[in-house]
Amino acid sequence: MPNSVEMTIVKAINAGIRKAMADNDKVIVFGQDVAALGGVFRVTEGILGEFGPKRIFNSPIAEAGIIGTAIGLTMRGYRPVAEIQFDGFVFPAFNQITTQLAKLQNRSEGAMTMPVVIRIPYGGGIGAIEHHSESPEAYFAHTPGLRVISPSNPNDAYWMIQQAIASEDPVLFFEPKRRYWQKGMVDLENPPAGMHQATVLRQGKDVTIAAYGPMVATALQAAEIGTTEGRSIEVIDMRSMSPIDYATILESVKKTGHLIVTHEANINVSISSEVAARVAELAFYHLEAPVLRVGGFDVPYPAAKLEEKFLPDADRLLEAVDRSLGY
Amino acid sequence: MVQFLSPDGTYGVPAEYAEYGKIIADLKEEDFLKFYRHMTRMRRFDNEATALQRQGQLGLWVPAVGQEAAQIGSGHAVGKNDHIFPSYREHGVAITHDIDLMAILKMLRGVNHGGWNPDETRFHLYAIVLGTQVIHATGYAMGVKFDGKVGTGFAERDEAVITYFGDGATAEGDISESFLFAAINNAPLVFFCQNNQWAISSSVETQTTVPLYQRGAGFGVPGIRIDGNDVLASYAVTKKHMDDARNGAGPFMIEALTYRIGAHTTSDDPTKYRTQEEVDYWTARDPITRLEKFLRRQGINDSFFEKCAEENEIMAGEIRAQTFALQAPPIENMFQHVYAESHPLIEEQAAWLKGYEASFETEGGAA
Repeated sequence: MPNSVEMTIVKAINAGIRKAMADNDKVIVFGQDVAALGGVFRVTEGILGEFGPKRIFNSPIAEAGIIGTAIGLTMRGYRPVAEIQFDGFVFPAFNQITTQLAKLQNRSEGAMTMPVVIRIPYGGGIGAIEHHSESPEAYFAHTPGLRVISPSNPNDAYWMIQQAIASEDPVLFFEPKRRYWQKGMVDLENPPAGMHQATVLRQGKDVTIAAYGPMVATALQAAEIGTTEGRSIEVIDMRSMSPIDYATILESVKKTGHLIVTHEANINVSISSEVAARVAELAFYHLEAPVLRVGGFDVPYPAAKLEEKFLPDADRLLEAVDRSLGY
Repeated sequence: MVQFLSPDGTYGVPAEYAEYGKIIADLKEEDFLKFYRHMTRMRRFDNEATALQRQGQLGLWVPAVGQEAAQIGSGHAVGKNDHIFPSYREHGVAITHDIDLMAILKMLRGVNHGGWNPDETRFHLYAIVLGTQVIHATGYAMGVKFDGKVGTGFAERDEAVITYFGDGATAEGDISESFLFAAINNAPLVFFCQNNQWAISSSVETQTTVPLYQRGAGFGVPGIRIDGNDVLASYAVTKKHMDDARNGAGPFMIEALTYRIGAHTTSDDPTKYRTQEEVDYWTARDPITRLEKFLRRQGINDSFFEKCAEENEIMAGEIRAQTFALQAPPIENMFQHVYAESHPLIEEQAAWLKGYEASFETEGGAA
């Protein structure tokens, strides 16, 4: 078997789940349509054939029930990997995630841990109808007791899903659905980093752009275009929204003095708001300009014909680069 | 409605409930005496906790006076391998499984949010958000089934799960979803609903137009109503359906029709929404009084009842002393067990608060 293989993000998550299931027979997968169909995005395709119906099965269309039973199953010693079919469908489970899953370890003073992974395809850019393009990660990053991560490429997807399943804490695993079919090499032997570590994907000296999930590719694109305009842009893949790896961001900011944080989610009270506040606290004298946030507008996710104008693109990032450097 | 002990303490088994009656026939005198001992302990504990709240020793108390038969009977029907998922008023069920009652009072005093180990006690943590525990119980029971611990033919190996909730909680979607998940998985689960007829100030008519024991039927969970103030009905019916669940019969619902004699909590004022006549009606159907009448007819004499009362007084005194002795937890407890694995934000804030607190000590020392 070769050490590295080219895969899409879909296949990489699939391979990561299979590896975790093979390593630990307490890992079980459930959610809507995950079994024979392999999920609406085929992330769990073929798992039923390989592991059988005791390890992967369809749940009723009841998100609170999916997460509530995942909690009960983990109390019984299982390690559930639950799928919520789309970002906008997670809210019926919000109570179980925030008042129960996030708190039961604390409530039991450590007698119980809650190793549950919740996979959520998220974000827009696929021309979908309402509730299929949202970015609800900030709600969960705001909740103590949860871990929130999002891979941006196949290698991270393969390793981070395994790290999430191995974690004793509940992990919300946000999958960048418009990048599902992006290909990349997956190193089958060595993980690139811990699941909460940010990584510098591109070195630069003028401005830092910190992104996660689907916006990482956009940030890299902006950096590439930036070179033609004489801008040297450093790109950080944050990878984790809770906790946030500030060390990596601060190191970069100390070098560039300019920081732009981007995501698809609405800006108001968002991950970028938090990063801006913290970086201002921790690196005030290193900043040459205010930290700028580039995200979706503070409106309901618009109808598909308008999403191109809602989602930040490379040009909006470069406009922010100009504003930051011109400050 | 299944009833074996009438309010005046007369015992009888209607022909249609003969199967449950057989379970009572297997009971020995010591079992009846244990029921009485635990029911009176529950009430004495409850009254002591109310007094402690009135003295400012507890932030809140959640009385369960009137529900002793429902809880003590069903609690004793739970087997040694079974798991219990309570709501927040199951002090009596806790007594039947030797839970340290101080663990409950610690919560109500504000020392912690629970803190007993459900893996050891099989009595899970109190759930304050209504209905949330019912879907956890369902998942747990699914796990029991997945583990092959149902219908093995070896009674000591099989397991079942019971979950408690009230009439108010039945309105929560989590409970409807629980019926569904339990039914499609044929999970070994008994849904035990204590219909105490009041959800704070909302009468049960606010929550349902059909009898609650029928609530699960559309999901595939059959049910039965019992006289929740009859400890024998509570024991026998729960025992039968827990045994059935362990043997693979799937989920079942029991509605125990009872009455919350006291307030919803010590913050509540039930005189604003219900009549004294109604309370009097149910007080005349008191679960402890009727068991006492039955026991006296069986020849149990004063010495037993007096001994119970003495033991309960001793228990109440101990509870009182231990509650007075409860200390506030160390400040750093707040940061513990938020995550199982290291989390930089929590560690940073814990360290900051430690330094901040220490700064006052330094100032104090200097002065």
